[in-house]
Amino acid sequence: MSFTTDTLEQDLKTQEYKYGFITDIEADSAPPGLNEDIVRFISAKKNEPEWLLEWRLKAFAKWKTMREPKWPNVSYPPISYQDIIYYSAPKPKKVLNSLDEVDPELLATFEKLGISLDEQKRLSGVAVDAVFDSVSVVTTFKEKLSELGIIFCSFSEAVHNHPELIKQYLGSVVPYTDNYFAALNSAVFSDGSFVYIPKGVRCPMELSTYFRINALNTGQFERTLIIAEEGAYVSYLEGCTAPMRDENQLHAAVVELVAQKNGTIKYSTVQNWYPGDKEGKGGIYNFVTKRGICKGDNSKITWTQVETGSAITWKYPSCILQGDNSVGEFYSVAVTNNMQQADTGTKMVHVGKNTKSTIVSKGISAGKGQNTYRGLVKILKKATNAHNYSQCDSLLMGDRCGAHTFPYIEVQNSSARVEHEASTSKVGEDQIFYCNQRGLSSEDAVNLIVNGFCKEVFRELPMEFAVEAQKLLGISLEGSVG
Amino acid sequence: MLTIDNLQAKVEDKQILRGINLQINPGEIHAIMGPNGSGKSTLANVLAGRDMYEVNGGSVEFNGQDLLDLDPEVRAREGLFLAFQYPVEIPGVNNTYFLRAAVNAVRKHHGEPELDGAQFLKFAREKAKLVELDPTLMNRSVNEGFSGGEKKRNEIFQMAVLNPKLAILDETDSGLDIDALRIVANGVNALRSPDRSFLIVTHYQRLLDYIVPDFVHVLVDGRIVKSGGKELALELEEKGYAWVEEELLAGAIA
Ligand SMILES: Nc1ncnc2c1ncn2[C@@H]1O[C@H](COP(=O)(O)OP(=O)(O)OP(=O)(O)O)[C@@H](O)[C@H]1O
Ligand SMILES: [Mg+2]
Repeated sequence: MSFTTDTLEQDLKTQEYKYGFITDIEADSAPPGLNEDIVRFISAKKNEPEWLLEWRLKAFAKWKTMREPKWPNVSYPPISYQDIIYYSAPKPKKVLNSLDEVDPELLATFEKLGISLDEQKRLSGVAVDAVFDSVSVVTTFKEKLSELGIIFCSFSEAVHNHPELIKQYLGSVVPYTDNYFAALNSAVFSDGSFVYIPKGVRCPMELSTYFRINALNTGQFERTLIIAEEGAYVSYLEGCTAPMRDENQLHAAVVELVAQKNGTIKYSTVQNWYPGDKEGKGGIYNFVTKRGICKGDNSKITWTQVETGSAITWKYPSCILQGDNSVGEFYSVAVTNNMQQADTGTKMVHVGKNTKSTIVSKGISAGKGQNTYRGLVKILKKATNAHNYSQCDSLLMGDRCGAHTFPYIEVQNSSARVEHEASTSKVGEDQIFYCNQRGLSSEDAVNLIVNGFCKEVFRELPMEFAVEAQKLLGISLEGSVG
Repeated sequence: MLTIDNLQAKVEDKQILRGINLQINPGEIHAIMGPNGSGKSTLANVLAGRDMYEVNGGSVEFNGQDLLDLDPEVRAREGLFLAFQYPVEIPGVNNTYFLRAAVNAVRKHHGEPELDGAQFLKFAREKAKLVELDPTLMNRSVNEGFSGGEKKRNEIFQMAVLNPKLAILDETDSGLDIDALRIVANGVNALRSPDRSFLIVTHYQRLLDYIVPDFVHVLVDGRIVKSGGKELALELEEKGYAWVEEELLAGAIA
């Protein structure tokens, strides 16, 4: 028997049908591949209202017409979007009332990563919404927050409990038409976090979510939406870790931030996904769209990121400074070791008057790592007295790695002040020897030097996060000098 | 304390040390003088374990151990300190934090408990006073933007904090004003003790007015060609190195 293209296609179709959403709604995960049925399957799985399904389908239709961006300074084998599983849920056990009921194995993993929920609850008063694969497993501190009118929940919950807010804000900062990966995310997003801080409320604790990628072959499509109403303040921490993986995993998250008048959002990330092995095998593809809008006057958004993991990072947390006197900040440390590649930076779009942006980017390259800073500062016509300060520093370890800087500046208003500074330095043999001579091992010396290099970024992180970030930096650069 | 026997070292195929012999006993202060490029810094760096220099002959014993066999950080933890001729800047690393990390590395090596921030600060402040170090320097990045003299003083401060058994000072007096010179010398003298030794590299007899050495050695072309008491420094100052070289030549002919 010979296969014609037609029979093959027919065969595939029946297979798709076999796993279609209607017949297999009980399945714990979707079959690999992406089509309209899968989008419907995900939406049905989550019991979503019709309007959201429609939105997903529109995004999917748009995505099919788009092409993967090729301009980033990274290279990787083509991604087979039809081999990815777009939905998987851990086996539901029972409703959890406290941490004691959480799977001890899961807790042990968190512990190993130094982010035990227990300890965090006790020591730092951090409310944790842990996302294990695609479904929220445990949420803490919710009650305390709800007394203040703060909403902190999984995205799916918000869809059901606060549909008016989701309807109003979903896609308002990152429309599904924005880019290839944002469109993909909009079509298939699994879950994520939702935060709403009402008018005049200062969130009394750092809100934190730890993501993990666990099930084999599961693309992760997180969706996060944070809204700070007038005069509200929130600091949000996102930490990511993933266990060893042999196959590349695609991660395409979307984060949207909205700061109303006098509102402030601080968004901090420590990203530590599996970077692949020394030969570049495995590792996460991290293609993220993060954007915030300073909608009201005097609002402020700060992005702080420490990116040590992933095989490939493609990420530009951005700010649209619409309100007058609004402030956008971007503080970044990006590490590439071995075969890691990163093309990351920010976009600061000045729309309102007296808007101010600060960019501090620290790129560290070791091994054969390639590190690219790509940043856009755009000052629109009406943005009188806009001010940007950018500082891009690169640190090289060894001579097989690379650092690249692409600053783009577009100024349409002559009153703008735009300052750009850049530097490239090497971890010097003389610096390491100096530390050795004071009793420090070479490894400690490198840690010290690298942490010194990153200081301006680390001091923007909440204390306990900064400590973790320093540890991570050490781990990810292990063995890169010697 | 330290026994150097026929030490030879080269860098990039250039032989620099051509057989150094030197014995330093506990409590002694030895001064090394010699023309530019004669190998003084090379000797200091080889003793400290810088791997840019290749030792291709001889041996060094430090308190009963084969010094050349130890990693540089172990030499430091065992009590060998080098005040650098050109102290290195480490941007973004707090001077006090750096020094505490160093002290704790040493303490750990000796099985002593590490000092916490408060304990260390108290201790460090006393030492800063001893060398009259501007306290604001303690909170700046290691040597970053320090003036030449401040860097040198910071080296002496580190020495005072680390409490070494053998301190090698490589031209710590160069670039110091008269007051700073006196302060540095006072620092060294305050640390002078029967179980601590110093090897002081200098070009100027002036320093030796303040820090009176037990022995003075003249290093020429990778060899110690003349040794004597403190009066040798005076003689050198007066007659220059040409005098030693002429003497050498005469000796060779005779
Ligand atoms: N890394 C190196 N590469 C090449 N040559 C070197 C290196 N280090 C030292 N040298 C050479 O070795 C010789 C001895 O240098 P060294 O620094 O030990 O001299 P010194 O006695 O300390 O001089 P000074 O009084 O000027 O400080 C010099 O000729 C110097 O150029
Ligand atoms: Mg020298």
